[in-house]
Amino acid sequence: MTARAIWKGRLKLNSTRVPVKLYSAVKDQTVRFHILDGKSKTRVKQHMVEPESGKEVPHEEIRKGFEVEPGTFVILDKEELEKLEPEESREIEITQFVPPEKIPPEYYDRPYYLGPDGDQTAYFALAEALKNKEKEGVARWVMRKKPYVGALRAEDDHLVLFTLRHAEEVLSAKDLPHPAGRASDKKELTMAKQLVEMLKGEFDPKDYKDEYRERVMEFVEKKAKGHKPRLHLVKTKRKTTSLDMVLSKSIEALKKKKAA
Amino acid sequence: MARRKAAKKSRSDDGNGQARGVRPFWSGTLTFGLVSVPVDLYPGNRTNRAPLRMLSAEGEPLSRRYFSQKTERDLEDDELVRGFEIDKDRYVVVTDEELERLAPEQSRDIDLRRFVPLKDIPPLYFDRSYFLAPAAGSEKAYKLLAETMAKSDLAGTATFVMRGKEYLVAIFPENGILRAETMRFADEIRSAGEVGLPEKKKLPAATVKKFERLIAKHSRRELSLKDLKDEQTEKLLKLVERKRKQHKDIVEVEVPEREEGKVIDLMAALKKSLAGKRKAA
Repeated sequence: MTARAIWKGRLKLNSTRVPVKLYSAVKDQTVRFHILDGKSKTRVKQHMVEPESGKEVPHEEIRKGFEVEPGTFVILDKEELEKLEPEESREIEITQFVPPEKIPPEYYDRPYYLGPDGDQTAYFALAEALKNKEKEGVARWVMRKKPYVGALRAEDDHLVLFTLRHAEEVLSAKDLPHPAGRASDKKELTMAKQLVEMLKGEFDPKDYKDEYRERVMEFVEKKAKGHKPRLHLVKTKRKTTSLDMVLSKSIEALKKKKAA
Repeated sequence: MARRKAAKKSRSDDGNGQARGVRPFWSGTLTFGLVSVPVDLYPGNRTNRAPLRMLSAEGEPLSRRYFSQKTERDLEDDELVRGFEIDKDRYVVVTDEELERLAPEQSRDIDLRRFVPLKDIPPLYFDRSYFLAPAAGSEKAYKLLAETMAKSDLAGTATFVMRGKEYLVAIFPENGILRAETMRFADEIRSAGEVGLPEKKKLPAATVKKFERLIAKHSRRELSLKDLKDEQTEKLLKLVERKRKQHKDIVEVEVPEREEGKVIDLMAALKKSLAGKRKAA
């Protein structure tokens, strides 16, 4: 089955254009709940009200304002806000290429597969060239009246376009102070390193399961059938001991596990 | 993380999702081996730099309220429940307590059971970013973990349950601070085949070469953050500033006492927390 494209555009590199279609690369598996009126168990809606009187304010009467200081708003009308909207375009402009590790994880937002829209040769050639050169493109485009910045990357043979967070939205650890407290001592560092080495492995996403999601769904199904499953809260107690004692105990425990 | 609809939305919410005051998003325990490190979790992103408030014709900030579709009456927080739709208009109600009890205590710890090279995690998995700050008394173990990981370029991985959802997370140090990047689970990512993308055919080497030359010509060693700037928000802030100076379209309303001065910068809260000065929230 072929997924439906959510948007069509053209990758623009200098004077070269590669027509593409966008597909969501994500399928959200979160258990979705609805908010209900507790009494009638029916859906609720939201509306905007004056907080004091509780009076509903219809959509067309709502004004928008930017709070410049507590209680002081600069009102922006519809025309002003429309003027701020970017010009519509189908072009995904690639402004630069960088080594992939130069884009930090915290910038990545949502991934979209790109599929060829017509010319397959240019599409696959670009993907291959990105792979050969070990580069990622930095992109800028306007989609449904919203401006985006993004990263273009080859995943196996195909192209993936990520939306990236704007530079202003990302907090950098460089602007934060080092955590307080004295430096770790050598013995502890050696033991901690040994412990981490023992826990070292490959990243295989299939090794991680959302067990909680399964548990919630199982519970919901049982409840739907009229059962009332009993749930217990299991308490565990943690002992506090010195750091190097805990470290050496951890190493011993792991060694035993590996030997077994 | 905040994408999940909260059944109990606070009344003090201004309807624009703007947080008043910054508190840790979550407090819990990070463990590796038998070492446990109590931590506070803070958001690593500012999502909306220029949130617009919805106002009445007189300029009064409005509140978002839930109302029943059946009775058309506004509902208080304690009149709302969370329901899973099993058939059209048929719901199974699930309480906060039940969701809580479905998560064994163990599953709430971030237990770093596997350390992997950070560069081996494809960006397809990255979702949202958070910072971990040491909670009172855990500075020593926190620093030890951060230092150890910094030397090896590894990220600790774990799954844990927070606020009614299980998260897959990669934790790695940055400037001595632990960053927690939540990730998608494998079954939340489509493959190219699932999407129905065509398979690669034989390519003329000259076309690949042409793209390689283009890439080489526009390559840079470092990412220029200039290209990631939010120009639209910049324009909006400039417009606001201009109108303010011209005293145009400005309304002033009384602010309830308790709200005043409570807008704390996320950065300031984090700094305090890292300096070990955070007061109990």
